Parts: sequence; C-alpha cells; structure tokens
Amino acid sequence: METTNLSTEKKTNYLNADYSIKSWLLTTDHKRIGLLYLASITVFFLLGGIFAMLIRLELLTPAGDLVLADTYNKLFTMHGVVMIFLFLIPSVPAVLGNFLVPLMIGAKDLAMPKLNLASWYIFIVGAGFILYAILTGGLDTGWTFYTPYATTYSNTNVVSAALGVFITGFSSIFTGLNIIVTVHKMRAPGLTWRRLPLFIWAHYAASVIMVLGTPVLAITIVLVALERLFHFGIFDARLGGDPLLFQHLFWFYSHPAVYIMVLPGMGIISEIIACFARKRPFGYDFVAMSSIAIAVLGFLVWAHHMYVAGISTYAAMIFSLLTFFVAIPSAVKVFNWTATLYKGSITFASPLLYVFAYIGLFMVGGLTGVFLAAVGIDLHVTDTYFVVAHFHYVMVGASVTAFLAGMHFWWPKITGKMYPEFAAKISGLLVFCGFNLTFFPQFLLGYLGMPRRYHAYPPEFQVLNVLSTAGASILAIGFLLPMLYFAWSLRYGKDAGPNPFNAAGLEWQTASPPPTYNFEETPVVTWEAYNYDEIDSPQKGVEVAG
Amino acid sequence: MPDSTPAVHNLKHHFADLEQQKDSSTFAMWLFLVTEIMFFGGLFAAYLIYRLYYFNAWVAGSQTMEIKLGAINTAVLICSSLTMVLAVHSAKLGNRKLTSLFLILTLVLGFTFLGVKAVEYHGHWEHHEVPGANFHFEHEGNFDPNQVQIFFSLYFAMTGMHAFHMIIGGGLLLWLLISNLRGRFSTEYNTPVEMVGLYWHFVDLVWIYLFPLLYLISHHHNG
Repeated sequence: METTNLSTEKKTNYLNADYSIKSWLLTTDHKRIGLLYLASITVFFLLGGIFAMLIRLELLTPAGDLVLADTYNKLFTMHGVVMIFLFLIPSVPAVLGNFLVPLMIGAKDLAMPKLNLASWYIFIVGAGFILYAILTGGLDTGWTFYTPYATTYSNTNVVSAALGVFITGFSSIFTGLNIIVTVHKMRAPGLTWRRLPLFIWAHYAASVIMVLGTPVLAITIVLVALERLFHFGIFDARLGGDPLLFQHLFWFYSHPAVYIMVLPGMGIISEIIACFARKRPFGYDFVAMSSIAIAVLGFLVWAHHMYVAGISTYAAMIFSLLTFFVAIPSAVKVFNWTATLYKGSITFASPLLYVFAYIGLFMVGGLTGVFLAAVGIDLHVTDTYFVVAHFHYVMVGASVTAFLAGMHFWWPKITGKMYPEFAAKISGLLVFCGFNLTFFPQFLLGYLGMPRRYHAYPPEFQVLNVLSTAGASILAIGFLLPMLYFAWSLRYGKDAGPNPFNAAGLEWQTASPPPTYNFEETPVVTWEAYNYDEIDSPQKGVEVAG
Repeated sequence: MPDSTPAVHNLKHHFADLEQQKDSSTFAMWLFLVTEIMFFGGLFAAYLIYRLYYFNAWVAGSQTMEIKLGAINTAVLICSSLTMVLAVHSAKLGNRKLTSLFLILTLVLGFTFLGVKAVEYHGHWEHHEVPGANFHFEHEGNFDPNQVQIFFSLYFAMTGMHAFHMIIGGGLLLWLLISNLRGRFSTEYNTPVEMVGLYWHFVDLVWIYLFPLLYLISHHHNG
C-alpha cells in the first residue's frame, strides 16, 4: 500500500512545510488553525485552573480566611467565564473538529479557510477583552451576568467582559457555520451521509446549536451593555423592565451551549470505542440521530434553570417534562456505546481508558441532571453544591475527559509521534480518581444544604470540603501530566506511522502528520463507515501490518 | 498567472470546481442569514413581550413616530433592493459599467436611508425621547412613563442594530465597487456580488418588519 511509503520517507507535511511565524499567523490550513486554537485554549485552561485552585484553597477551611468575600466572587466568576467561553466552547470543535472534519470527509480544507482563520483572530480579540476585564479589577457577576446585578450594581468591569463574550461568540458562530457547510458540500465522492463517521454527526449537531443559539446570546449581551451604558430599562424592574426576560434569553443560548460542549466529545467517544473494540458502533443510525435529537431538544429546555426565578408552575412542569426527554437520546448513546463494547476485541489502550472514565462520569452527570429536571428536587438543591457537582460532572467529567481521550487518540495523527502509553494510563487514572474525589463530595454537600458561591461555610461541612480540595490537587496533576508528556513526545516520541491504532476512517489513510492538502489524491469511498470486519480480515490484515 | 483564465484564477485550491465553490458560498451566506434572524429574533421577542405587558405605552410611543419619514425610508430601501438586484444581474451578464452604476445607486440610497434615520434620531433627542437621564414623556394616558422609555429603548436597539447592519452593508458595497472597477468579476465569477446582494436584501427585509411594528401598528389606536 502506498501508505507504507509515506511513513518511511521524510515527506513534506503541514508542520515542516514552513517554519516562519508568519506562516503560522497567516495560515489558512485548518490543521494549523486547529493547533493555534489548541495553544490558546491550553493557556486559558491553565488560567481557569488557577482560579479553580484558589477557590478550592479558600474552601479548605470554614472561615473566609484566604480571600475576601468580594475577591471570592470574582474568582468563581472568572473561573466560569474563562473555562466556559475561552476553553470549553472552542475546545473540541475548534481544535479537534477543525483538524479532523476535513480529514475525515476527504476534503483538502474546510469550506471557508479564511473565515476559519478570522474566527481564531476574533476569538483572540474577544479573549483580550475578557483578560482586560480580569486585569482591571476582575468581574463578580457570576458567569451568567444576571441582571439587575450586572447592569446596575456591580462595580466591576462588566462591559469589557460582556464585549469579550460577545466577540468570542462570533468566532463560535463562524466555526459552526464552516463545519456545517463543509459537511454538506465538501464530502469526498462516495462518502454518503450514512457513511460519515459519528464524530462528524456529533460536530454537525453541535454546529447547528452554535449557529442558532449564539446570536441570541449576542443580542442579549448587547442589551445588557446598552442598559449599563445608556440606562435602557429593558431588564430593569425599577423602570418596568423584566429581569426574567434576561434569564430566558440568556439560557436560550446557555443551556444549548452545554450541548456545544458535550456533543463533539460524544463524537470522539464513538470513534474511540469502535476502534478499540474493533467493531462498527452498535446502532449507527441511532447514535447519529441521537446527536441531532439532543441538538433539537436542547433548545426546548432552557427554563429548567429558572424554576425558582418566578416562572409559572405550568411552565415549570412543561420544561421539566421536556428536560426528561433529553435523557432519552443521551441514554441511547450510552447504551449503544456499551453494546458496542459487548463481545468486541477490546484493547485497553489509554484513549479507551479515558473513554471508560467518560462513560462513568457522564452517567453520573446525566442522571443527576434528571434529578435536577424534577421541579421538586430542584427546589431543594437549587444554588447548592449539588448543582455545581452535577454540571462539573458533565462539563469536566464528560467534556474535558472526552477532549483528553481525543487528544490521545489523534495526537499521533496531529504530530506523527507516539506519547508514552504508561504515563498516559497513569494520568487517565489520576483524572478519574481526582475528579470523583473532587466532585462527589460536592453532591453530598449540596444535598446537605451548602449553598454555592459563598467563601465561608459552617464547620460541619469541612471534612467533605477537604476531600474535595484534596481531589482537586490530584485532578490538577492528572491534567498537567498530559501537557508534559505530549510536549516530551514531540522530541522523544516514537514515529507513529500513518495508522498506529489500525483504525478505520479517512484521516488514518494519509500520512502522520498529514501533508498540507491532506491527501495526495482525493479519496473515493466505496466502503461503509467503521469497516473493522474488513480491516481485520486475514488478507487485509497483512497489508496494513506491512 | 497571466495565462490563467479568470475562472481558474478564482477557483480556490480546496474546491474541485467553480460550481462547488459557489454552492458552498451560497449555502454559507444563507446560514449566516439564519444567524442574523436569531440575532434580531431576540429583539423581536422582547418587543412582543413588552407590547403585551404595556400596550397603552406602546400606543403612545408609536404615535410619536414620524410616519412620513419612516415611509420615505421604506420606499428608499425598497428602491435600493431593486438597484441591488440590477447590480447582481449586470454582474452576471458581465457588464462592468452597469454593475458599477447600480452599486453606486445602491450605496447612495443606503446613505439616504441613514441620513433620514439620523434626522429622526435628532428629533427624538430634541423631544427628550432618548432613554436615560434626558428622558421625559408628557402624556394623558393611565400608565407609567417608564414604560414608554422601554418602548424607546427597544426602538433604538432595533433601529440602531438595523442601521449598524446598513453601515456594514455600505462597506461591503464599497468593496464590491472597488473590486468591480478592478475587473474582478466576470460572467463566470460574480459570487461576491450575489452574496452581498443576499445580505442587503436581508437587511431591507428587517426594516420591512420594523416599520409596521414601530410606526404603523398602533398609530390610530386611541389608547
């Protein structure tokens, strides 16, 4: 096969084609833009992580002794804003999606390469405004910017932070738009919709949310800024405005935004399970359609964030019911993943360990989400650590773990180098244990009534808080380790070859790292997705091994 | 470069042919317009809700509008949509001179709209109808003047966002004009003209909703 030639010769690829800084900053290559995003979000992840550690340190003792109450308000706000808008939203789609979508569908690039680069610059400009707000006194509104606090009372730099969120929103819109157009118009000959990798389906669904949801957040933020700057009364109850309208508009985006953070990760899980179980995912059509179902249902549940805000009982009941519905496509995914593993030829490689961690954590996060969807339970635990634990299980336990799983799985493709497998397994274990130790005690704290967003608490909660802080330290090491051994592998890692995991999918049929235009020739697809039976059949097996 | 025909020169490396390239651009533009609908949708939702809350204030606010100026502006925008279509048509026929002419006409009409809008804004300022410390509203109806302030908040947010889109449209038209004068467009390649056309029509269409909602709908209602 010609792929073997590619691995032995030293070929020009997208990384060594040009080393100048200009060639990176003006690149329109989706693979390089993916790496620009990777570098940026890694910085923001570390920044958000520092805020998280300060929060956990303050909560080590019941007294508010490390930081002042106001500082604490700023810490959790900046932790939320940085992690959500500057890390989680772009993490999978703008890094792995950017890198892999064209490769997986046999295209030379995304449909709009310049728009793709522009979206990175827009992201950086938006991030600049958020950093400016952080450096000039911080922000203390909570990441939710609730009015009237954000519009009238907060003395922090709300306008700059809001502007930053507004601007980064456009980068997300453009990434989503690019992915949708690319999937529609750039597929290789023979690559029909039902032959698409599930990673593509998941990104397509998430992109629909980015395109439909983000503009609503944008206009909401414009109104908040107008209210703060020019005293528009739209959300100000003193002037006859309605603060609840803000919450409706905000959550109309920000609930679906959770699925922007989760869906692309689910695509990663489907790819990795199929590869390391050597099987076509059980119920391909159902897994694909469940992504679309999550995207659609995700838009119909926003007011479950507002049960105690003063919406009518009937509205709460409807939103509660609709929220239960989201559990169905989510459960379809989990059941189908586990059914794929059933009787598969499983290799316990590190990406799969992350996937196992993901499935466990996502189930806890998802099921506690069903608790919270029930109005009665939600009234009891609203604004407690139960909620904090729930959404961290989904957004860190699921999304970040999936991101790490994907980074391990495709790192050889991105860089052409293998990471040290043993270290990867250790870090996977640390992430899983550290995460549970950090956040499981928070379910208990919340259920016992500890409210979120306070810097001091009654002494009887201390044991659980100490456990949580201890877990956070382990989790931090689990997150830092991959950064170290990934960097190490760039220099010392073994050459990966085009397809180290013997995986199906077009991205594995080109060199690692891929050439600038991805494929020597545009591939023609004549097989179904996940044809592991064919790949592993004896005569084909010899070819790949050679 | 000199030996390549304009059509091949305009084909980006990652597309198989011009048709795929044009399909992608068109699809992307329509998707972008969907995001714009969601963007303005937030404002329209707020309008709807407060109109239901504060109907009497809405009537009073609506009655302060200069219908004549609004109507003139509506006519101006509809004409600009016509000249835009003609510009797209001329570009497809490869008639460079006519394309430039219609682009200039569209630009002029666009700026006419903005000029009239500025006159209206100035009038609102003079009558203390701009929200904030300067706001003052005399009326006989049985409602809180703050409610009219919310009407004006939404009026300025909606027409302001619309005007902002017009200004961006003006910049795009100017860019098209320069590109056209440099001979970038031909019968084979005129996608940018068509795409900006779509955008321009969308912005016009927003106004077609704003005019009745803000000026006409409650004009003859006796609060």
